[in-house]
Amino acid sequence: MALPLAFFALFFAYPVVAIVGRGLKDGGQWRLGRIGEVVADPDVLHVLWFTVWQAAASTALTLLIALPGAYVFARFDFPGKQVLRAVVMVPFVLPTVVVGSAFLALVGRGGLLDDLWGVRLDTSVWAILLAHVFFNYAVVVRTVGGLWGQLDPRQEEAARVLGAGRFTAWRRVTLPALGPAVAAAALMVFLFTFTSFGVVQILGGPTFSTLEVEIYRQTADFLDLPTAAVLTMIQFAAVLGLLALHAWTVRRRESALRLVDAAQTARRPRGRGQWALLWGTLAVIAVLLVMPLAVLVERSFAAPGGYGPAFYDTLLSAGSADSTFAVAPLDALWNSLAYGAAATLIALVVGGLAAAALTLRTRSAETPAAGQLVRGFDALLMLPLGVSAVTVGFGFLITLDEPPLDLRSSWWLVPLAQALVGVPFVVRTMLPVLRAVDGRLREAAAVLGASPWRVWREVDLPIVRRAVLIAAGFAFAVSLGEFGATVFIARPDQPTLPVAVARLLGRAGELNYGQAMALSTILMVVCAGALLALERIRPTDHSGEF
Amino acid sequence: MTAQADTTAREMLRLGGVTVRFGTSEGQPALDAVDLDVAPHEIVCVLGPSGSGKSTLLRVVAGLQQADAGRVLLAGRDQSQVPTHRRGVGLMFQDHQLFPQRDVAGNVAFGLRMRGSSRAEQERTVAELLELVGLPGAQRRAVASLSGGEQQRVALARALAPRPRLLMLDEPLGQLDRGLRERLVVELRRLFRELGTTVLAVTHDQGEAFALADRVVVMQNGRIAQTGTPLEVWQRPATEFVARFLGFDNVVAATVQGEAAVTPWGKVPVPEGTADGPCRLLVRPAGVRLTPAPEGLPCTVTARTFRGTHVALLLQPTAGPRLEAACALRDAPETGERVGIAFASEDVVVLDAAPE
Repeated sequence: MALPLAFFALFFAYPVVAIVGRGLKDGGQWRLGRIGEVVADPDVLHVLWFTVWQAAASTALTLLIALPGAYVFARFDFPGKQVLRAVVMVPFVLPTVVVGSAFLALVGRGGLLDDLWGVRLDTSVWAILLAHVFFNYAVVVRTVGGLWGQLDPRQEEAARVLGAGRFTAWRRVTLPALGPAVAAAALMVFLFTFTSFGVVQILGGPTFSTLEVEIYRQTADFLDLPTAAVLTMIQFAAVLGLLALHAWTVRRRESALRLVDAAQTARRPRGRGQWALLWGTLAVIAVLLVMPLAVLVERSFAAPGGYGPAFYDTLLSAGSADSTFAVAPLDALWNSLAYGAAATLIALVVGGLAAAALTLRTRSAETPAAGQLVRGFDALLMLPLGVSAVTVGFGFLITLDEPPLDLRSSWWLVPLAQALVGVPFVVRTMLPVLRAVDGRLREAAAVLGASPWRVWREVDLPIVRRAVLIAAGFAFAVSLGEFGATVFIARPDQPTLPVAVARLLGRAGELNYGQAMALSTILMVVCAGALLALERIRPTDHSGEF
Repeated sequence: MTAQADTTAREMLRLGGVTVRFGTSEGQPALDAVDLDVAPHEIVCVLGPSGSGKSTLLRVVAGLQQADAGRVLLAGRDQSQVPTHRRGVGLMFQDHQLFPQRDVAGNVAFGLRMRGSSRAEQERTVAELLELVGLPGAQRRAVASLSGGEQQRVALARALAPRPRLLMLDEPLGQLDRGLRERLVVELRRLFRELGTTVLAVTHDQGEAFALADRVVVMQNGRIAQTGTPLEVWQRPATEFVARFLGFDNVVAATVQGEAAVTPWGKVPVPEGTADGPCRLLVRPAGVRLTPAPEGLPCTVTARTFRGTHVALLLQPTAGPRLEAACALRDAPETGERVGIAFASEDVVVLDAAPE
């Protein structure tokens, strides 16, 4: 527990506190009055209002579209289900920059809809909302569908024998059981969309701005640290509240539900209604999840002189001599992979230790106070998901710049920041598995003569190994896609893929646009490849708690 | 037609040729042309090993499983177009399936609420039923806080609350320990008698079936192997399968000639009126009598097990397969002793050729 705590204190709490302090301190004096001034600013109020509004709308829309999908995945058996399950998961691990690019290619200027019908959505809020649904569809399907598949269908049958019709049985029995999972998924989606950065940065234009985007603008464009600090604190408080609510619903979800093996509850659809639901879900997935990615790929090949790998060629040939690139795109790919691997390693060590500590402490926590301490630690690990990555990135720059910890020029700065985002995924993936290891297995091994080390080696490791691989894949994917912090701390001559994409999109010209699409496609293929490799490992639906 | 009209008036439940296939249409059906009648106020227990189609039978009657062929009649009415919640039957699930998010009263009152009973009536019925099943005042308790036996009682109360015309029980006492089970069987039988409930139960436990039922139906691979009162089934198992399922293993091939049958154990007397010819023969353990060593069929005692009221002996005869015998404790020989045996005709049963 000590190492993860130290890691968080040094690389998370310290930079965040430092930057907030720098914003609010003036000549050694706290200027808390700044908070009031900033909050009263109509522009800030507008941003706040939009942040909350779009997050709520995105969450509602995601639930509306994804809940039928959750049902289909939980209860129906159909050919290609495993593949589809993996496909649905791909958007979740895609870098926000790629998603932004994909939707730009679909609904933006010169995008597919623009070409076909002259429809452009990139100036409306719909592009942002749809991109958020795209992103978070899997969160709902996995969280709700995972539980739904494990609910015993005989609970509904019991209600029907007692005189409840099909719908009444669902409403009275299944819905209450699913309630906490739906709430947890909704809160997660709300959290992700509330802190949305890359998507809004690319699709929002000058009109729409979330808190996170505003923090970035205030810090990077206007160098107005005090305002950024206040905004960070507001976002921090909101995230803290959301996480507390989430922890509470998760705890309620653990109430005595009787779960069965999900493989036994799924059957082939029967009757016209069920087939219609299945096809409807497939259509939604095709239009909403697959099409943006397909269009992205299509645009990356749509060179001026007809379809061809022209943009890829220019990417490959662009050396340092090319004025549009400070560095060759191929180097950006290499940077990304190297940073991602290092970040994965850090996240695995820190997250693995944290998960192990949580498992041990929970088991031995006898007093309520100790239990609360453990839950507090649990929640702390989730914080990096919600705290402004921009703040973390900027905080890194201003705190880790003096001895004994001068990391500013160190190669390790980027992986450290990326690992922060990876740790929550590692913990969430490993915790359920570690907790599920039956203590009696260890006892049985011990009675048979295994030393404690051998017990861990023979009992825990084989069970946890899959989870470690899955956690590594998740950490790798989110590290690859990390944008908010990396954009600050990656040295100009060592950009990662998302940073390079954002730079290209920031410039005018068809070549830059096409190259951004091509680079996004490469990034997508790498992320999707990592994920699909994971799906082969993952036996069933133990995706943790996302 | 007149014959059918006559029976519809008498039978609460009538199954005619009910067949259920899972998966492909080939292979063994889960239920194979099952015919079964249950009269009002009758307690019928379906007995069979796991996989014999017992639970599927209940699910078909409840409308939770579509039959591929055959008819289900409840009080004379065909149920094929009637959805589960309008059939007016009760089903107690094997693992109870209490709703974990509701308390005891919420579970018991569920069926009444579905029927739109008034709140006052719900409360009264819940209180009555909890009293009846021996859990007075348990209304507000959480389901998770109940012991196995208590959960079973609540599940029973919940199934009884809407006054189903037919109550079905799936392994009603399966998860309980032996002592509790034996006590509850007696309680259940008394309760169903008092309430005049028609009951169709399934179990794999013969003790449970014999103690609970007016009539026992033994199932094998989706077919009915034998129907009869507990005493009939116990005394005269119809097939080798039934005999072995009831725990009788002294079954051999035999040829009946007059008053005795020729078996690998030598001549065994058979009951009067047995037809001549080849058959399978069962000798119940009580029908294997010990004699002083020189007389009868010489055997070696290979094992003895104390069973409370008697001692079960495993004997290896000089000729033929091993035999099980039952004898009183004071007469029981030690393991390894040599004894002789004779057979008593009243415990010899001639079995139908088993359709295996």
